[in-house]
Amino acid sequence: MSTFEFLLQGLASAAQPINLLYALIGVTLGTAVGVLPGIGPALTVALLLPVTYRLDPTGSLIMFAGIYYGGMYGGSTTSILLNTPGESASIVTALEGNKMARAGRGGPALATSAIGSFVAGLIATLALAFIAPYIVKLALVFGPREYFALMVLAFVTVSSAFGDSTLRGLTSLFIGLAFSVVGIDQLTGQNRLSFGIPDLLDGIEVTTMAVAMFAIGETLFIAAQGNKGPETVEAVKGSVWMSAQDWARSWKAWLRGTAIGFPIGAMPAGGAEIGTFLSYATEKRLSKHPEEFGNGAIEGVAGPEAANNASAAGTLVPLLTLGLPTSATAAIMLAGFQQYGLQPGPLLFVTNPQLVWGLIASLLIANLMLLVLNLPLVGLWVKLLTIPKPWLYAGILLFATLGTIGANPSVFELGMLLTFGFLGYVMRVLGYPIAPVVVGLILGPLAEQQLRRALAISQGDVTTLVQSPIAAVLLILAALAFIIPLILRIRGRGEVLSQMAASED
Amino acid sequence: MSPDRNKTEQRRPDWAALAVAVVLAAIAAVIFIDVSRLKGTGGYSQVGPATVPDWIGFALIGLAIWTVIEAFRGDFPTRDKQEIGPVVWIVAGLVAQMLLLRVAGFSIATGILFGLTAAGFGKRKLWITIPLGIVVCLFIWLIFAGLLQLALPAGPLERLFW
Repeated sequence: MSTFEFLLQGLASAAQPINLLYALIGVTLGTAVGVLPGIGPALTVALLLPVTYRLDPTGSLIMFAGIYYGGMYGGSTTSILLNTPGESASIVTALEGNKMARAGRGGPALATSAIGSFVAGLIATLALAFIAPYIVKLALVFGPREYFALMVLAFVTVSSAFGDSTLRGLTSLFIGLAFSVVGIDQLTGQNRLSFGIPDLLDGIEVTTMAVAMFAIGETLFIAAQGNKGPETVEAVKGSVWMSAQDWARSWKAWLRGTAIGFPIGAMPAGGAEIGTFLSYATEKRLSKHPEEFGNGAIEGVAGPEAANNASAAGTLVPLLTLGLPTSATAAIMLAGFQQYGLQPGPLLFVTNPQLVWGLIASLLIANLMLLVLNLPLVGLWVKLLTIPKPWLYAGILLFATLGTIGANPSVFELGMLLTFGFLGYVMRVLGYPIAPVVVGLILGPLAEQQLRRALAISQGDVTTLVQSPIAAVLLILAALAFIIPLILRIRGRGEVLSQMAASED
Repeated sequence: MSPDRNKTEQRRPDWAALAVAVVLAAIAAVIFIDVSRLKGTGGYSQVGPATVPDWIGFALIGLAIWTVIEAFRGDFPTRDKQEIGPVVWIVAGLVAQMLLLRVAGFSIATGILFGLTAAGFGKRKLWITIPLGIVVCLFIWLIFAGLLQLALPAGPLERLFW
């Protein structure tokens, strides 16, 4: 069957009333949680994962897709109305969007961001559908060493290529890798680092780690900053509709943003928010109104928002076709798949096509729902932004622990939540990035399996890893991604890299 | 930040960073000790369950040394002053929830967490926040345990409803 037929079949499955309901619940919850200040897409997905525990795989993945896209939308609403560039994905949106909101043009800013996200999501999801089969074919010729090389590349780009320190990025990654070897070894059944504690035999849950690091670590960190005075929420004044001029200035920016964002998301460089920065720079250079940049230029919202959503869809390419998560959000989604015993990758397209194509189709549907839902409900989202901090964070901790208790009602699991939460707090204080820990934890066992298979085939000869041309090229790329930023930082040109750091997704 | 003032400060090692180096080395030591009993199970390719943990351990040692160097060179970013009080409130809330969960059930345990977290953010009226938290949690318990069938532990309060 052709891609097109598969996609139609997927649409038919996603359009069943019950699946539409799941998608609707997903986008609503995703937007509501994503709007809350300080909660990015990764945490949104991690917090809402338990809601899907009792559904069947198709239904839960459809709800999941809605949560993922909803969280992205919610994040941009926050950064336009509340100047908190805390969510890396939306820093650039906050730059121009918040200026527009202050100038009383919050409505058009939200509209161009919502429609831009829709356009980008639509094009990028279609691109995902058409590219995926080719990558799956390519992936079928990959052996263990090529997979291992690919994962090394992902490790390097996630941990050390961006952010402000190679050392701290790598340290975070290796902390995650060290945690990933806890439990029963998948190839020999030996216990490792479980110290006789039965709860540790299954390893450390990725969702527990993610919720602890992002929700509890962040809450402790915010609380420890003391009262820094209230943040101001910009009221949405005037119409949410865009004028003809707004449309004329936005549509090219949407398309350019999509073209920039998707390939960057699809590469193993993944979640780093390079796309939004490149798009912003492009729009600034091409604009007929360069003087408006910095004071609320609509292109400066439209382009980066489109790039942001396009790269979010792009990260699904390596996730679905290769089983390779390249961002914290993707890592948590992979955990969601594994919960149903599904391992994303080329085989999933063969063994479970309905599920994969149903998921891709429901991304399209979620995208449409968000457009319809978001603009009329903007007043409600604004109200969510004004929740006072004590209630907001008390509620976040309530849901964070609810998820852990729901997955595994054990005192030990809550103890791990507390321990990792505190670890996340200390890491934030010392300036260590969080995402590499989560990616290391989930990708560690996969990389180990591939490495050991490769070494078993070569009877322990390490040079086998570079003897395949594909693996050698990937490893060279990884080495470059490690060395070039190191040199840039030593020569004092690290600011650009630290701006591009993906703190959360 | 003027360069002159920095110089005098950089002479002192960054103790927090040194502590990180010690922790990294300790993790590596734990890994080495734990996997040493798995040596010799690698079959004839000598690649077994101990191989990758060993590599991770060596990498952690390397990172610890690198951290020590950066600590002495003062390469770590300056840190904001942290308020300890709120952190203690929230950690106390999490500990209370952990200890009470089995005995008192989800709503009471999590309601106390709710109240103590709010206290960490400045709402210190525990006689209002804790009961409020318990009511909210009971409501959530009814939705999640009742409708979504999550296994949330029941206590005396929950048994009144179920």
